[in-house]
Amino acid sequence: MPFFARPPELAQPPKPTVLINARLIDPDSGRDEPGGLLIEDGKILDLGPSFRRNAPAGYQVIDCQGHIVAPGLIDMQVFTGEPGSEHRETLHTASRAAAAGGVTTMIVMPDTKPVIDQVALVDFTLRRARDNAIVHIHPMGAMTMGLAGDEMTEIGLLKRAGAIAFSNGKQSIMNTRVMHQVLQYSRDFDALIAHFAEDAFLAGSGSMNAGELAARSGLSGIPKEAETIILERDLRLVELTGARYHAPTLSCPESVAAIRRARAAGLKVTCGVSINHLTLNENDVVPYRTFYKVRPPLRGEDDRAAMVRAVQNGDVDVIVSSHDPQDADTKRRPFAEAADGAVGLETMLAAAMRLHLSGDADLKVLLRAMTSGPADLLGLDGGRLQKGAAADLVIFDAQAPWVVNRDDLNSRSKNSPFDESKMQGRVIRTLVAGHTVYSYAPLDNNS
Amino acid sequence: MTDFLTDGDYAFSHCHLLTCEKLTAPEINSLLDAADLAAELSRRGEGHPHYLAGKTLINLFFEASTRTQSSFELAAKRLGADVLNMNVSTSSVQKGETLIDTAMTLNAMRPDIIVVRHHAAGAVQLLAEKVDCSVVNAGDGAHQHPTQALLDALTIRREKGRVGGLTVAICGDIKHSRVARSNIDVLNSLGANVRIVAPSTLMPSAPDRLGVTAFTDMWEGVKDADVVMMLRLQVERMGGTFVPSQREYFHFFGLDQDKLSHAKPDALIMHPGPMNRGVEIASTVADHPRSVIQEQVEMGLAIRMAVLASVARTPRGGARTLANTQRY
Repeated sequence: MPFFARPPELAQPPKPTVLINARLIDPDSGRDEPGGLLIEDGKILDLGPSFRRNAPAGYQVIDCQGHIVAPGLIDMQVFTGEPGSEHRETLHTASRAAAAGGVTTMIVMPDTKPVIDQVALVDFTLRRARDNAIVHIHPMGAMTMGLAGDEMTEIGLLKRAGAIAFSNGKQSIMNTRVMHQVLQYSRDFDALIAHFAEDAFLAGSGSMNAGELAARSGLSGIPKEAETIILERDLRLVELTGARYHAPTLSCPESVAAIRRARAAGLKVTCGVSINHLTLNENDVVPYRTFYKVRPPLRGEDDRAAMVRAVQNGDVDVIVSSHDPQDADTKRRPFAEAADGAVGLETMLAAAMRLHLSGDADLKVLLRAMTSGPADLLGLDGGRLQKGAAADLVIFDAQAPWVVNRDDLNSRSKNSPFDESKMQGRVIRTLVAGHTVYSYAPLDNNS
Repeated sequence: MTDFLTDGDYAFSHCHLLTCEKLTAPEINSLLDAADLAAELSRRGEGHPHYLAGKTLINLFFEASTRTQSSFELAAKRLGADVLNMNVSTSSVQKGETLIDTAMTLNAMRPDIIVVRHHAAGAVQLLAEKVDCSVVNAGDGAHQHPTQALLDALTIRREKGRVGGLTVAICGDIKHSRVARSNIDVLNSLGANVRIVAPSTLMPSAPDRLGVTAFTDMWEGVKDADVVMMLRLQVERMGGTFVPSQREYFHFFGLDQDKLSHAKPDALIMHPGPMNRGVEIASTVADHPRSVIQEQVEMGLAIRMAVLASVARTPRGGARTLANTQRY
């Protein structure tokens, strides 16, 4: 049985610890060398080749056996069921899934019941996270009340209460005037707006990528233009307002091109992609496999390959799991009626390793999009192997083969598109602020 | 009593009929041959072999249907089956029961065949994954309606002596039509030249990938066709969403004498029913001597006898393993 820390243990100060015999990878600085790393008071005290074999006296020693030590992953898009749908996922179960996947910070989305659109609910999320979670959790505040797209939330107060950025969840704001005002107003507080772009009218009742496969399956399709039209609209508004804008889950190269143009014009614009859209395509959906029903829909293989290239060449800043727990009640339905979403916290790193092993993307580039990339966007302290940075770390074995088994997933929901997939690369241990929160192997008393 | 299922080279050996996408020409022809014999027995007023004696068939219709449901019911009864019609509009589905729960409940009654119609594409396959008996798709959303395509092929074959090499123009709401999808599959398997004719708003995306030639001009689309197959246009799609008006639709896409005159002089006129006279087809054309719309209904019964008799030959329990099923 793997080891998981219990939340109360994390309130205790961590023991001074040294990681020896590690391959240190810091995607931000480009460091990739054998070495070791000293942890004190939950922070990285020092690191480098000199600690590769030398464990200073008085430190707890973790022998990494040559495996990779990298900054813990920061996942910018995680849906949970707390509050309101705890049968699907709580902050506690999501944090265990995160720890098992090497994710040390997760940003939870406001699509809960009730929606995180009030100061009290931001506070609720933070307190529940403090008491129950074993990784860092920051809530994303709602951009509009109830995500309805009509009325702006108290962006200033929500930010002060701890909302790390603002999202309208799975809903796009179709009212251009409201979107304009949110962008205008958010600039005064330097709030980051992460807006899912999809034209609700054009997407209509669509449930998969528009094209041949949708036509054959008798399913209504969602064209790429549903994404690009709203994205282009938003970029015009960003130009008008000067807001900080992030497109969280793009699915096609046409959208990336729009982001490039906006950046070239000097706008403060960034973008992300979900791991699903880098590793899966619309062919996986056939025949009516609802575990592959996600939003935006999985696109064609050319689009997937183009999105991987966009990560590799730096056009995409962030990779997210877009972890979205759904149960049998919402997934075991006819395709068009089934819920969107796939769990992914536990498989994101291993799935990203596929892109590295296939030679399509560098490991450091992939890691950057899951560590310092989101850290910079969100103004977080983690995401780097640096003196003084938080000791949020993942130790992983880049070679270990394994097979995903839904029954072994720590998420309360088991809707993984990678169920029964063969993976290479496994998380050995995850540390949050110097505490071991997850270990694949059971811990003995000495380590 | 004459058998219409020949044991020797009978190619169709599936326990379900869910889709026409992977049916081969020999499989289709074996069903058509059997149905041909069944139709002759019916015409001669002779009884049919009781292939389904002692077996139970459940008609599970989530969408209202008079014609298809009664056709399946009569076909099953002629073969000696006990038939149960599930009136879904008054059943527990209305109380929020899921499709899977309904399927499991019916499965526990140990039927031999379930005939399903559902408004969602893929729903019938989902149901087939969860039950132990044979499942026949009587229409799932805009996906497939296999027995309709088979009865259309049988009607064409009886009238023209063949299907291969003929030019068939399928006209109307292709985008939302399960009849069109199934017909494209079956007609292509049998070697026909398939055309689809529709305004762009009622075309499926990527028509060029479906093995058909697409036309947005009906006069061109039916030119020299051997068969003109009309589709029903749902009333709710006429009011300015997909087409501006009934009048405009009829003018450009309704089958009238003028457009029909561009097809071959002996072209067949087909329609799966129920017809909207004056919307997709003019009354004079619907009742034209070359219209085989009534024969389609007759062949529907024959095809359903052939299909039910064929799937019932596969023992119960052999239907469970389908590739790519999810473990939920």
